[in-house]
Amino acid sequence: MLRTGDWTVLASGTAIVAGLAWQAWLAPGDAADTAIIRAGGTIVRTVALSQAQTLAIPGPLGITRIEIAAGRARVQADPSPRQLCVRQGWLAHAGDAALCLPNQVSIELAGRSPAHDTRAY
Amino acid sequence: MTRALIELPVTADDRRVARLAALAVGLTLAEAALPSPVPGVKPGLANIVVLLVLLQYGWRAAAWVAGLRVLAGGLLLGMLFAPGFWLSAAGATTSLALLAVAQYLPKRHFGPVSLSVLAAFAHIGGQLTLAAVWLLPFAALIKLLPVFAAAALVFGTVNGLIVSRLLAAPSPGRRQSAPCPIP
Repeated sequence: MLRTGDWTVLASGTAIVAGLAWQAWLAPGDAADTAIIRAGGTIVRTVALSQAQTLAIPGPLGITRIEIAAGRARVQADPSPRQLCVRQGWLAHAGDAALCLPNQVSIELAGRSPAHDTRAY
Repeated sequence: MTRALIELPVTADDRRVARLAALAVGLTLAEAALPSPVPGVKPGLANIVVLLVLLQYGWRAAAWVAGLRVLAGGLLLGMLFAPGFWLSAAGATTSLALLAVAQYLPKRHFGPVSLSVLAAFAHIGGQLTLAAVWLLPFAALIKLLPVFAAAALVFGTVNGLIVSRLLAAPSPGRRQSAPCPIP
């Protein structure tokens, strides 16, 4: 029922699907080089990811600690009850963001080319 | 008293195209009733008919069946000239264009499954291209592209296997076109 050419077509089709899946889901995004830190909606610090440091950002609930090391950034500690932004772990790609909503602190990573997080028409 | 009589000659080919297009429309309607996990992911059962027509009666007849299928399917589903209709039309156009070339692949090596898979990829390619330039930002489509491509591969293969089964089967029930008796 299947001839040799059919197998070739099926194999190429599978390769196309695998390639698209890798491209769309698994390929690493743009590397980030800066972290934009906001508190209460305004930018309080913009720091390069190349320099390892820990920042203490005050918010209404207390201090949010942001750690920057080896081109990555994370929320190390936060006074919010559910710890969602802490559990997000290390962020490394442009466009990645962690929001600590109760304490109104967020970090967002930016790369060389600004990435859209969403567009609507 | 004058009586204008316009007579449209109906050939056996016309009747055959109409019958097969009706079959394709029926499959389109049946398929529209099936729930789909992702909008736009459909088995494309009507393409079985289009492919059968292509292999038995040639590309022209297949193009007629596909075109009528899109038009009548749009009418019956109430989405004539709506975005879904144009997406459907774009998919049918690209897959027919590809089949126009692919039908000349050597038959010894490339069976209905090849044609079906190629047509399915062309179909989804045409639809997504139109969607990208007209309806959605391309960035949003990229994430769904593998899903659509995988669906094209799976459904294209299954439809192709069905077509080769139907072609291989002896067909006692295959009727020749006959004039419709008017009661």
